[in-house]
Amino acid sequence: MTSSSLALPAPRSRSLARHPLVERYAPIVMTVLALVAIWYVAAVAMNWSLVRDGFEREETPYAVSDIVAGTMEAERPLLPAPHQIALNFFDTVFGYPPLAPRSLVYHSLVTLSATLLGFLLGTFLGVVLALMIVHSRVLARSLLPWIICSQMVPILALAPIFIVVLGALGLQGLLPKSIISAYLCFFPIAIGMVTGLTSPDPLQIELMRTWSATPRQILWKLRWPAAVPFLFASLKVAITISLIGAIVAELPTGAEAGIGARLLAGSYYGQTVQLWSALVASAVLSWGLISIIALIERAVNRSMGAR
Amino acid sequence: MASLKPSISLVEPAQTPSIDALPKRLVVDAQNVSLTFDTADGKVEALSNVSLQVAEREFVSFIGPSGCGKTTMLRVIADLQQPTSGTLLVNGMSAEQARLARSYGYVFQAPALFPWRSIEKNLKLPLEIMGYSEHEQRQRVQQYLALVNLTGFERKFPWQLSGGMQQRVSIARALSFDPDMLLMDEPFGALDEIVRDHLNEQLLQLWRTTGKTVLFVTHSIPEAVFLSTKIVVMSPRPGRIIDIIDCDFPADRSLEIRETPEFLKIAQRVRTGLRAGHSYDE
Repeated sequence: MTSSSLALPAPRSRSLARHPLVERYAPIVMTVLALVAIWYVAAVAMNWSLVRDGFEREETPYAVSDIVAGTMEAERPLLPAPHQIALNFFDTVFGYPPLAPRSLVYHSLVTLSATLLGFLLGTFLGVVLALMIVHSRVLARSLLPWIICSQMVPILALAPIFIVVLGALGLQGLLPKSIISAYLCFFPIAIGMVTGLTSPDPLQIELMRTWSATPRQILWKLRWPAAVPFLFASLKVAITISLIGAIVAELPTGAEAGIGARLLAGSYYGQTVQLWSALVASAVLSWGLISIIALIERAVNRSMGAR
Repeated sequence: MASLKPSISLVEPAQTPSIDALPKRLVVDAQNVSLTFDTADGKVEALSNVSLQVAEREFVSFIGPSGCGKTTMLRVIADLQQPTSGTLLVNGMSAEQARLARSYGYVFQAPALFPWRSIEKNLKLPLEIMGYSEHEQRQRVQQYLALVNLTGFERKFPWQLSGGMQQRVSIARALSFDPDMLLMDEPFGALDEIVRDHLNEQLLQLWRTTGKTVLFVTHSIPEAVFLSTKIVVMSPRPGRIIDIIDCDFPADRSLEIRETPEFLKIAQRVRTGLRAGHSYDE
């Protein structure tokens, strides 16, 4: 009895470190903290001369500690400190009504709408191309080189051309951005789906043949379900790419709204903090989009008997 | 060449008299079938002048070493491969017509179940393709799952079943649309001996109750002798038939029959045939 009561405190103090949550998240938290620490060190180093020059220009006496403090709150730092970005991010996200032109939420929504439309267009295009390639050797030979070429031209060079041409056709705003986004994101879908649609075992295809299945039945009952895992892998790549496409499309248009517009304005006026918080917004956006796809994927996998 | 046994028609097919209603209907009639493959190493004669007749309700085993063309023969009958020369009638039609008429169910060595479909849906697959009504599909799934003793596994997925169970599902799937013929390509080759024995007994019973014609490819002499009414012994280079042996064990035989002198005599004849046809010069 005494031994057990004496022994009690020891396991309890150890149990905090062994708590499943701690065991699971401690390494992650430590890694993030280490990265943030490195960032702070880098911010001090990179903004050092900027701050020192400022002091010298104003001919005010300064100590090393003054410079270090200055690097943490410079107005236009080379590398903003993490807390500056966080403050700017929360300020622009929560500090204005969501649809105000100064709200980051508003800009994110503008980019998000172009991203989603482009993603839908690109997925549709990619799947259709993959179906054509899988079902016809002639189409495979004639389409594939063009599909690959399309991705070798830098989108930054193509985007203004698209905008001008589509503008001449009377298309402005959302659609040109979505088309550029679709142009980027159809590629992983097409390639992934070609692999997926051709993934069934020869045995399974022969089995369908013994039942005299039509090509359409082979497509919907065998090739399509076999391609589903490949589809989701491609969709995750495609959704981030379509976000990038939407942002890039906002750069040459001189768009007034959108994450791309914020990035452009930030770099014009040296507003590095604003620039970084726009980057954070795009990261949050793409993380959210990928999470949604991962959720759908899990539900679909469960219905398809994944173990 | 062995003579054909007259088929016993206990159940009269309910149909108007036609060519099919002849007393001993031939399900497979192959005359001088040859098949030559063009490979990188030159021409390979997979089948050379193979002639074979199978009457309905027979259980025919094909046995022989690798490369003797037993699987190729089955694939030619199934119209999965086309012969280079010779004539082949399946159910009185060309092999392609017979395939399009869904005359046979094919069981591969691997169960080849679709992993994303439950057992029930795997069984439904050929029925969906052939356009059976939803009601009929459900009814047949129950009927054929019961036939292979897997009632209650409808909602399981293939990975939740053992190899033997999966192969039983694939047999039920091959039977589900009630084809005249069951083509089986080493269906139990990947299973252990105990499971194989058990499935052999089940298959025999299935054959007896359904009255299908079964064409069965195997490597195993005891399996062939135990199951068959007729054993086709084949030999490689070129793939050909070297002996056709009739077996007439009672229909309700059990595994114990494998110890009887009659059984061993036939097994011995198969073994002799295999040895004669096999050139050990590899």
